[in-house]
Amino acid sequence: MTVDTDKTDGPADTPPAGPEAIKAIPVRHYGRYVSAVIAIALLGGVVYAFSQGRINWDAIPDYFFDDRVLGGVGRTLLITVLSMAIGIVGGILLAVGRLSRNPVTSSIAWFYIWFFRGTPVLVQLVVWFNLGLVFEYINLGPFYKDEWSDFMTPFLTALLGLGLNEAAYMAEICRAGLLSVDEGQTEASHALGMSHAKTLRRIVIPQAMRVIVPPTGNEVINMLKTTSLVSVVQYSELFRVAQDIGQTSGAPAEMLFLAAAWYLLLTSVFSVGQYYLERYYARGSSRSLPATPFQKIKANMLSLANWRR
Amino acid sequence: MSTTAMVKAEGVHKSFGHVEVLKGIDLEVKTGEVFCLIGPSGSGKSTFLRCINHLEKINAGRLYVDGELVGYRQKGDKLYELKDSEVALKRRDIGMVFQRFNLFPHMTALENVIEAPVQVKGVSKTEARERAGQLLERVGLADKAKNYPSQLSGGQQQRVAIARALAMDPKLMLFDEPTSALDPELVGDVLDVMRDLAESGMTMVVVTHEMGFAREVGDSLVFMDNGVVVESGDPREVLTNPQHERTQAFLSKVL
Repeated sequence: MTVDTDKTDGPADTPPAGPEAIKAIPVRHYGRYVSAVIAIALLGGVVYAFSQGRINWDAIPDYFFDDRVLGGVGRTLLITVLSMAIGIVGGILLAVGRLSRNPVTSSIAWFYIWFFRGTPVLVQLVVWFNLGLVFEYINLGPFYKDEWSDFMTPFLTALLGLGLNEAAYMAEICRAGLLSVDEGQTEASHALGMSHAKTLRRIVIPQAMRVIVPPTGNEVINMLKTTSLVSVVQYSELFRVAQDIGQTSGAPAEMLFLAAAWYLLLTSVFSVGQYYLERYYARGSSRSLPATPFQKIKANMLSLANWRR
Repeated sequence: MSTTAMVKAEGVHKSFGHVEVLKGIDLEVKTGEVFCLIGPSGSGKSTFLRCINHLEKINAGRLYVDGELVGYRQKGDKLYELKDSEVALKRRDIGMVFQRFNLFPHMTALENVIEAPVQVKGVSKTEARERAGQLLERVGLADKAKNYPSQLSGGQQQRVAIARALAMDPKLMLFDEPTSALDPELVGDVLDVMRDLAESGMTMVVVTHEMGFAREVGDSLVFMDNGVVVESGDPREVLTNPQHERTQAFLSKVL
């Protein structure tokens, strides 16, 4: 990260004037060739074993873009995004609460995290679904009144169950992020007459994001997979749809592979998004931003072209 | 130079746990003067500076800025703690420059300078930008407006920090060892900006190890040691002809 001002120009064609540039034979890494061959052979073996199994592979492309499957994918994404939104907003509030000097808010935040982190999310989901045993009606005064079982739809159960649980985990991630920002930043902001809230929003949180984003990307991917649990509360997301189709079409195992392929595809897309988000929040922290994958590929192509000449 | 006191300290005490850092500070900073605080590290000079804008709470005594009590409101013989928002309101008028610059690293130099005027005073962005441009020019960094702090040298960062503090039009500027974290060859640029500021009539309280600056620009000087004011007076007199034994020992080491 020192002086690489000429990077954009690619490697220079002419060596700099003055001392002759060093031309040395690079170290050969034979171990890499051997391990690559072994890895490819093992992968090939596994693929061969699966292709010989009693699995009707043709069923997967047949159903891959089936309307029911696409609907399930859509609902999985919807639940993932909304639960994560609840989780992130709740997490920031809880983290600020825990770090607050106010003993009431810090105790409440501590208790919340203790409870939601200490019980399994599957249990929480089922409890939300059955909370009608405790509250027969939901009554929000003049605004809303209904029976619990009508109010707590599978969608709402999934959303609250996953979102509120996620908030507890996000709280700890956000707290680590907030603590990572130098105290001098808060002091400088206060010295300029900025309030606690403004300092937090304008100065501390944007800097904390560098620490918060990578583990949050992890959480998003985790959430995407955890949504498969909400099939137990009758919400027909990807996993449940795949199971349903599997039972009626007579290809249950194939549909599980189909679901796995979709999950893998979605997590891959999220990973790319995370990369760009991290790059955005890295601005100002290093002198030049890391290259995007496209820029990297372009640079590699250029260097290959130069190397051949 | 008027004779009203911008900062007035009466028996100011400050402890961190069981450690008493300030043991009764009495001093007065007149409006428009450059007031230098010198002394060995751990003598309490930085702590005292931070008490002036209430980054530290004092434990005993009274501290006034522009005739108003710092951090408290007096009604009869009772003291009431100020709310955070009231403290923030008073800090608007007091600029502070830190040893470690403390620029906001996620903002460009220009964004650093306009942040407080826009967010705290509600100045429009265009107006703030224009003013920030002038301030950056004043500190000699007009061409660095779009750079992030990490792309600037220490001396440049500190000058942006001074511009950032000036953007709030403070009536008092506090400098906490502004050149101590800089390479020797960069110190001069920062001191030039401070000298220029002093000539414009700004009231400045400067904690410093730059005896040359204190002698040349300072109007008053205080030597602190171990939480008390040991000696004070005209900088030229104190620095050339120190009366107190402790001052003599300190100056013989740094001059």
